[in-house]
Amino acid sequence: MKTVNQHSLPGPDDITRDLLPNGITVLARTNFNSPSVVIGGYLPCGSLFDPDEKLGLADFTACGLLRGSQKRDFQKIFDDLESAGANLSFSAGGHTAGFTGRCLSEDLPLLLDLLADALRRPVFPGEQVERLRAQFLTGLAIRAQDTAGMASLTFDQIVFKGHPYARPDDGWPETIQAITRDDLADFHRIHYGPRGLVLAIVGAVEPKAIAGQVAKVLGDWTNLSQPELPALPELKPLKNPVTRKVKIPGKSLADLVIGTSGPRRKDPEFMPASLGNSVLGQFGMAGRIGEVVREKSGLAYYACSSLSAGIGPGAWDVSAGVNPGNIQKARDLICKEIARFVEKGVTAEELGDSQSNFVGRLPLSLESNAGVVNALLNIERFDLGLDYYRRYPGLVRAVTPEDVLATACKYLHPDKLAVAIAGS
Amino acid sequence: MTKPYHEHLLANGLKVLLKEIHTAPLISSWVWYRVGSRDEITGHTGLSHWCEHMQFKGTPQFPSSVLDRAVSRDGGMWNAFTYFDWTTYFETMPADKIDLGLRIEADRMVNSLFEEKEVASERTVVISEREGSQNEPYFLLGEAVQNAAFRVHPYHHEVIGDLPDLKSMSRDDLYGHYRTFYAPNNAVMSVAGDFKTSEMLARIRELYEQIPAGPNLPRLSRPEPAACGEHRLTVEGPGETTYLDISYHAPAANDPDFFPIPVLDSLLSGPSSLNMFGGGGISNKTSRLYRSLVEKELAVSVSGGLSATADPFLYSVVITVHPKRKPEEALAAFDDEIKRIQNERTPVAEITRAIKQARALFAYGSENITNQAFWLGHAEMFASYDWFLTYLEKLAKVTPADLQRAAQKYLRPQNRVVGTYIPTGAEVQA
Repeated sequence: MKTVNQHSLPGPDDITRDLLPNGITVLARTNFNSPSVVIGGYLPCGSLFDPDEKLGLADFTACGLLRGSQKRDFQKIFDDLESAGANLSFSAGGHTAGFTGRCLSEDLPLLLDLLADALRRPVFPGEQVERLRAQFLTGLAIRAQDTAGMASLTFDQIVFKGHPYARPDDGWPETIQAITRDDLADFHRIHYGPRGLVLAIVGAVEPKAIAGQVAKVLGDWTNLSQPELPALPELKPLKNPVTRKVKIPGKSLADLVIGTSGPRRKDPEFMPASLGNSVLGQFGMAGRIGEVVREKSGLAYYACSSLSAGIGPGAWDVSAGVNPGNIQKARDLICKEIARFVEKGVTAEELGDSQSNFVGRLPLSLESNAGVVNALLNIERFDLGLDYYRRYPGLVRAVTPEDVLATACKYLHPDKLAVAIAGS
Repeated sequence: MTKPYHEHLLANGLKVLLKEIHTAPLISSWVWYRVGSRDEITGHTGLSHWCEHMQFKGTPQFPSSVLDRAVSRDGGMWNAFTYFDWTTYFETMPADKIDLGLRIEADRMVNSLFEEKEVASERTVVISEREGSQNEPYFLLGEAVQNAAFRVHPYHHEVIGDLPDLKSMSRDDLYGHYRTFYAPNNAVMSVAGDFKTSEMLARIRELYEQIPAGPNLPRLSRPEPAACGEHRLTVEGPGETTYLDISYHAPAANDPDFFPIPVLDSLLSGPSSLNMFGGGGISNKTSRLYRSLVEKELAVSVSGGLSATADPFLYSVVITVHPKRKPEEALAAFDDEIKRIQNERTPVAEITRAIKQARALFAYGSENITNQAFWLGHAEMFASYDWFLTYLEKLAKVTPADLQRAAQKYLRPQNRVVGTYIPTGAEVQA
């Protein structure tokens, strides 16, 4: 069956990229197939700036941006948004605070005005800060009962010991309690500004008009005090295997995470690691790990591997949810698969399958406006070039089984794995 | 107006719905069976869902290891879902690869093996899935509320099934279920995306029309008697957080009374998205319950949910109680809001706002071809695709009087179950 239309992947001829004089980067791509628009972006205001005793400050600040501004109070902000059927939200990660929003195309000026208002003029009203604090504390109490969340958090503490990535971006109950309303206002005053702000807009809008619309609400924003993000310390790899258990009584299922640290997104090993990870625990019903742990042994509802490469080194791990009585069995199977992966790498057929998957799934990942926004932000964040998605099939196909094996040997050391387990 | 889709009935009773969408080189193909957890009797709960798992375990033509590799190699996405009224399977593929999805579904409509060793292995997987759900207070509370709301109707039990049944059901139970319900005359096929209808229909005929029809299957029918009093229950479990689940018996999706309920939900707890794939939601911070519960610091979150079902199910509101407040306080404030919507006519402007929100959510969902194909078939499971196409029109016709009448009829205490999750404390030890 032949296709009727030929889809065009995003590229230099249909992505508009503008740099405003105050340092804001605006990326845009048109899609008139649906009458809606998605926006997304980030700015360098992440939890790397958080002092240990006030961990969660960056996230608290980001979430507080929509709690009231000089122009609109909390109810007015959300009345404007929700009456239009639009949405806008903020959150913070390690390096950046991010935002995402969506509206009907007729309401884009309103959404941009609300975005600018939140970024530039938040007032952090005291009573709203306390409501937000109660919500954060409840979220942390729920996190403490979440076996998957606690296993992942504990894994990061082992693998990233002595590194800022060991810290959860949403903090701890005592650090959230320690944050004051003035801390939020100070964090915003010092760190929020146009330098490093990246904004992507995709949907039923003319791209040539977008930079002008953004400039109208954010073009005169300045902040000379914006500091550079602190430099990341070097990550010290594990010298021995480390296992840590978190006991959460009353849980029927336990979660385990096994692995180590992986490459950065911009490292040359990223693509071989990514394809190797697909073979290990992603492809089909979760690769070799899924086959051994779930399909053949029936030990888990889910079992898969993941690679989370970012600005700094990411985690490369295998996770599974298993009955508490099967933890050791699942752990042994996973460790054996990791050892086999490091010793023998992947076959040409396995690699070919994953390469076909990576290339073949592009249209699916880029069909929606939100998918394209993520792609544009990815291009900008990691300096990939506007033609990245056009070059992507070639980059994927260039990886050899030898590249995968060399990458696996560099990062995964079966005798020095971190193991985190959470459950009853 | 010409219908924006094509409908065909094959000789063996398979209903085929096709919708051309040429926005991306993708096609999403779904096969829906009119069987779900509501068709299960005591001792066999969870049968439909487990059967769905077994459908991924292979046929002589497509052994299990071949199936997922083939779909993934072509860059496709596939999955399956089981609900109260239906079980469905889908593949979303690059348009020039969809033939694989069509062949897989035709093949496993009749040829799945259900091998004994695969049944044994999948038993523990399904039990693990249930154990994972039991880790969640929401699940434990929701299950208890659902059990209490339906004494007679088979919506009584959760789709995943009860643990004793998951331990005791046999390969023959599973295979018997498969052979009984998986037949073309008990199925609907929905395909949306980048194809020509004539070509797609010809290929579907080629693959599916020779599959023999099965006997007509009367559905298990045990209507729930009218509720005759409020039911309250508590569930205790680990943690520090208290939840309330307030569930009212609600009309079936095909009942004209259904349409005021999403508008009531939008006013009370914010607009809910109908989209299964993509689209995202709209926040609910100006909804009446958010203002009276979260803004008054009685709760930290509130959300509402209404399912489109073939028989009357539930409209549920879930409240996460503020750590410094008691559930009784949150419930009293909730009840005040219910009384207000029952006693006062809602301004037309509020209804107009709810319609705009629904329109926006529809637009967001239309970006996603998988979501479009989902609705093309899903609506057939409780009404018809026209139900979905005219959904916004029907909401727009809801008047303030309709809303008040629906609130008075359905949001009565006698018509509800109130469940409270009482946390027994956290004892996390590192």
